[in-house]
Amino acid sequence: MPVYQFTLNGGTVSVEAPMDMPLLWVLRELLGVTGPKYGCGVGVCGACTSHLDGQAFRPCMQPVSGVAGRQVTTIEGLGGQGLHPVQQAWIAEDVAQCGFCQPGQIMAAVDLLRKNPQPSDADIDAAMSENVCRCGTYVRIRCAIKRAAQTLQSEGGGG
Amino acid sequence: MADTLEPDVPVSEGIDRRRFLTWVVAAPTLVVAARLGLDVPSASAAEADVLGTSSGGSSNETAFDLYITLRSDGRVLATLPRTEMGQGITTGVAMLVAEELDTRLASVEVRSADADPRWLIQLTGLSSTMRYLAGPIRAAAADARARLVTAAAHRWRVLALSLSTANGEVIAPDGRRAGYGELAEDAARVLLPEVSPLPKNPSAYTVVGQPTGRIDARDIVTGAARYTLDLDVPGTVPVVVARPPTLRGTVQTFNAAAASAMPGVVGVVQLPTGIAVAAQNFAQALAARDALEISWGPGPASHLSDGSIRTRLRDAIGARPLPPLFTTQTLEGRFDFPYLAHAPMETQSCIARVEGDRAEVWLGAQDPKYAQREVAAALGWALTPQRVTVHPIRAGGGFGRRFFTEVAVEAARVSRALGRPVKLMWTRNDDMRHGHYRPASHHRILAYLGPGGSILGWHHRAAIPTVEFPHGFGDLLTALGGVFLPEVSSQLFFALTQHVPYHFGWVTQELRDVSIPIPTASFRSVFTSQVGVANEIFIDQLARALGRDPVELRRSQLKSNRLKAVLNKVALEGQWGRPLPLGVAQGVAVLEEWNSAIAHLIEVDVTGATPKVLRVVIAADVGLPINPKSVEAQLQGAAVDAMSTTLSAGIHIDAGAVREGSFADYAWLRMSHTPATIQVHLVRSDDRIGGAGELGYPSAAAALANAIARASGTMPTRFPILQAGA
Repeated sequence: MPVYQFTLNGGTVSVEAPMDMPLLWVLRELLGVTGPKYGCGVGVCGACTSHLDGQAFRPCMQPVSGVAGRQVTTIEGLGGQGLHPVQQAWIAEDVAQCGFCQPGQIMAAVDLLRKNPQPSDADIDAAMSENVCRCGTYVRIRCAIKRAAQTLQSEGGGG
Repeated sequence: MADTLEPDVPVSEGIDRRRFLTWVVAAPTLVVAARLGLDVPSASAAEADVLGTSSGGSSNETAFDLYITLRSDGRVLATLPRTEMGQGITTGVAMLVAEELDTRLASVEVRSADADPRWLIQLTGLSSTMRYLAGPIRAAAADARARLVTAAAHRWRVLALSLSTANGEVIAPDGRRAGYGELAEDAARVLLPEVSPLPKNPSAYTVVGQPTGRIDARDIVTGAARYTLDLDVPGTVPVVVARPPTLRGTVQTFNAAAASAMPGVVGVVQLPTGIAVAAQNFAQALAARDALEISWGPGPASHLSDGSIRTRLRDAIGARPLPPLFTTQTLEGRFDFPYLAHAPMETQSCIARVEGDRAEVWLGAQDPKYAQREVAAALGWALTPQRVTVHPIRAGGGFGRRFFTEVAVEAARVSRALGRPVKLMWTRNDDMRHGHYRPASHHRILAYLGPGGSILGWHHRAAIPTVEFPHGFGDLLTALGGVFLPEVSSQLFFALTQHVPYHFGWVTQELRDVSIPIPTASFRSVFTSQVGVANEIFIDQLARALGRDPVELRRSQLKSNRLKAVLNKVALEGQWGRPLPLGVAQGVAVLEEWNSAIAHLIEVDVTGATPKVLRVVIAADVGLPINPKSVEAQLQGAAVDAMSTTLSAGIHIDAGAVREGSFADYAWLRMSHTPATIQVHLVRSDDRIGGAGELGYPSAAAALANAIARASGTMPTRFPILQAGA
């Protein structure tokens, strides 16, 4: 079986896995990184959303062979030592209910704010509508994104 | 372990004026148990083993509602027989404990207890957790505080009444302080508290009633929160199950040769529900599942599709009854609601370890005792269910789906067959296509008008496939209502919960229970999600027939002042009647249920291809809102559910199979369909604690339908309105 090496949350990992094994299962089962959740396995719910080279992607749809030599960031690696401003905003707005989709929602929101530091409501709609929240926390997600955008702007930096 | 109980401490009139019993459980540090005091514990209570991990029969044990443990590190642990599924109960319970104990919220942990027959009510549902548990929690925490104060008074040889408490410490007038942790052992031996063990008056609250963020928010946003399949139980192998195309179809023959030869495959196990495949990881298990060759027998509903089901339901309505005397006009409305899947984000999942004559399962269960019985029965231990330990785990949404625990039965069977622990996951397809569904329904409402626009009667007959209620509902309704209800049937639950809150003369509502072999379950607000919605839509039709304004008509006919108050609040805050462009309109609806009252005002724009909700304004009276932020979250979420199922989400049945397979075709609302704000205004008429989990669904659905009717000129009668999805 081939061995793949990539950067995961800042550290180098190598895993032995079939080339077509979805990264979601590599992360959850071979590497014990359980922040990305299984919600559908077919890329329609967004519960596993993470970052590949700084861009949002769906590990359930990404064969492990495609991430060799690249940088994978999951919710566990987002904040480094502390909390990312988007995570802080999620806490301040008390977004989560069951919480199962929220790692994916947060990773999608960070991606949005990196590309568009001051998103309009329409921008938020466009960027966040591929992530399902069955508890219906969308109103608070929107508030949290706006709050994080303000924080990031006043810090003068990107995400 | 045979713990000794101290004599019962007479406690305390709760806020709802019922009596709670609290008692100290012998343990190294202070542990106080509490129960709703319908009767006193029997003399054999002294033998109770509150903290023991297992025991035989239950005839000589004291049943209780919860217990609170004061640890020597100063932390407080509340153990309760309820499951956190996103509704925020752990935060609400922690707030009540922190309030009555005068300790910091951050010092309180809340844990879900394993299944155990000694829990009086171990069921999470019917919007009952805070209504039912707030009293015992307050009583237990206040009792614990009184004993901590007494222990400090003995240590310092001062009058207990001279001491005060704050931030987890007892404080003497001379400035001496002792933390609860250092008093926890002595407090366990206090025989009689020397200060009042009664809970505070709500007017003294500083924590309860304050908008408070979730205590598990940080765990959730960092990915540290653990759901069932995130747990690390050593040696588990992943399992998925090949399932029939039709609901409850059967395996006729199967050939696992190709699948068994696939990489990583550990075993193949035939189950009553399908063929299970275990492998080293889920990717391999899913691949091997696809390689199984199975011929399936049709399920019991294979002769049924949407059309034939609707016909059966319509046929069950029957002839019109005779109208009341002096009726001059009868208005008739007919409504159809679809099957709904609960579709929690976390699919059905369970870890099971069966070894010899013991089993252990971990899952997000709304009724862990039911899971225990079902697993025990499947393993041939129906008479000794205590062999099965059920650990309820934080669930990724429940909504009524997790009363049923087929996943635990499957996992236990596979674990026994393979002789090793397993983690069994339903795929999203499995979860959508093999669930228990909120049943479809058909409704006929007749409104009888008399001379001068008077309303002489209201007759609602609903044809609904029989709802499978969990056994725990009977216990819970018994405890809440004080009337003994061993089993809850659809008819009984309908009669208990379905009310028309208006002065409409001769009011009758009837359920025609229709037997259809499609698995069912309760769903947020149960029958009110159909009956209550249809009523509130038809009241707008009545207003149109009488030429009256929908708000004015409701105001004039409502029996309840609480409902009038919330209706007035949304009319004010939502500016009822404000000028709007053509194709945009407002709708209102109300509901009173589980000691709470609510009104919704929704504005919708129907000028586009699909209706677009512009604004949602909610006013709710839940009595004392323990955590207003949590109440608001529940009401916002329920509004999203209502918009989803009114507009676009419904389950279709094609020859006994469920058509929808994921969120791609089960069109639950997304961010872009949700209005930017859902305003929630809390009105507080008294300090009773009302339910909040289900409250926000029915009148949101009806207000949206009413807004669409007023904007488009056509009353929606069949849901979801966009059958093809948004």
